[in-house]
Amino acid sequence: MAESDLTPFAQPEKSRAIAHGAILRRLSPLATVLVLILIWHWITDWRLVSRILIPPPADVLDSLAAALADGTLAKHSTTTLGEMMWGLLFGVSIGLAIGYAIAKAPLLEYILSPIIVAFQSTPIVAYAPLLIIIFGTGPSSKVVTTAVIVFFPTLVNTIVGIRGVSPRLRDLMLSLNAGRWQIFRNLELPSALPVILAGLKTSTTLAVIGAVVGEFVGSGSGLGVLVISARSQYDTPLVYVTVFTMTAIALSLYSLVALLEWRVLLWQRRSA
Amino acid sequence: MRLSLRQVEVSYAGPAGASLSALGPISFEVAEEEFVCLVGPSGCGKSTLIRVLAGLLRPSVGAAYCGDELIDRPLPHIAIMFQDTNLMPWRTVLDNIALPLEIAGVTRAKRYQTVRELLPQLNLEGFELAYPAELSGGMAQRVALGRVILQQPRVWLLDEPFGALDALTREKLSLELLRLRGRSRQTIVLVTHDISEAVLLADRVIVLSRRPGKLIADIAVKLPRPRSADMIYQPDFLRLAKQVRACIEDQRD
Repeated sequence: MAESDLTPFAQPEKSRAIAHGAILRRLSPLATVLVLILIWHWITDWRLVSRILIPPPADVLDSLAAALADGTLAKHSTTTLGEMMWGLLFGVSIGLAIGYAIAKAPLLEYILSPIIVAFQSTPIVAYAPLLIIIFGTGPSSKVVTTAVIVFFPTLVNTIVGIRGVSPRLRDLMLSLNAGRWQIFRNLELPSALPVILAGLKTSTTLAVIGAVVGEFVGSGSGLGVLVISARSQYDTPLVYVTVFTMTAIALSLYSLVALLEWRVLLWQRRSA
Repeated sequence: MRLSLRQVEVSYAGPAGASLSALGPISFEVAEEEFVCLVGPSGCGKSTLIRVLAGLLRPSVGAAYCGDELIDRPLPHIAIMFQDTNLMPWRTVLDNIALPLEIAGVTRAKRYQTVRELLPQLNLEGFELAYPAELSGGMAQRVALGRVILQQPRVWLLDEPFGALDALTREKLSLELLRLRGRSRQTIVLVTHDISEAVLLADRVIVLSRRPGKLIADIAVKLPRPRSADMIYQPDFLRLAKQVRACIEDQRD
């Protein structure tokens, strides 16, 4: 058979211009941050705003060094991170399980949707105090707030992902006499994975909100507590340090999932 | 394996509770090692019929049998190949072809070895690690063909397998199919809308009526085998093709 229809699947050698473009794209977020810090520095340097409201970057840096040295930051971060991880674990697993069940049995959607939509549309800040009353001021109540908040994107994306599985591929699996587990493992999971991972990315950024909101309402330790105590002492630099720490945690978790996505979804990049 | 349909009817629940008939009643037999092509106007229930034979759809009335076995679920020795290539976009060529072996529990090393031995026949050497989106239509269809071959089925059900390809590639792949079938001589049922493809490949051409599809003609194709592409200019071939066309057009009013 003549192979006029061959298409090479190896990626073509990248041209220099494209490589330069890629480096530029990687560096540009960094440049944005640097410019913002510079502007911040000038605003405080020229005393455009009170230093109580916006402390100079240098003060924030000092505060960071101090908080790192005496272990406050590490202690509170560990608490928050722990709550987030457990919250993600529970919220995401329950979201995956219920999402899968709903996708397979549409009747369940009618039964469960009032509860799920009610939970989702009520601001978590409003019922977080209730959760604190029920689960106490320890970490478990924050695990619950986090789980509740990360549950929804996982659920929705799991439903969309599993419902998007090609019915023809399902027929193929059935005609191969594949069992339920084989269909899940070899068809449903890989097919839904891109959508589920997208949901997981949203969930990780929401996890910080869940944990910190819980801590705001009542807690002994955690970054939320640190923000509140720093604010009440007018230690604005420490407030900034804490807020940036939350940002860093959210970004790292997000990047971790993005990295996972990159590793797992090689086929999507190649198919693009 | 011999296939038989006995008074098979398929109907769906339509709007307002009315039952919509999609197929039949239809009865026919496909003898062991026979190659039968099903042709008919679009929407006549050809794909429905294939799904019944594949055990993916229970007929509302009647039954389909493979040998003496009732087809009430997908049977292991019956393989189906669909209109689109139906490959898994996240699997490489190697893993797509190997899927039936993987489902059957064959170890990775063994299934890769089996697939690699098959690749030259399919003209897919060097593309083991490509993803379906990186293949041309013809190559993707050969991957799907490879997957069916690895199932080692005794019955092939082909639902317009080359329908999405251009005429030349389709003809090439059809003859390829005959070659790959080779001496193992499986029973084949192929659905097509291409009359000359049907006559070129089949021992028998079955013409279905408009929806709900009933059998309106059963034409034996007594052309010598092996078949080749230039046969389509022979008088015998043309006469048969005309006959099939006439059957299809007769009911267009």
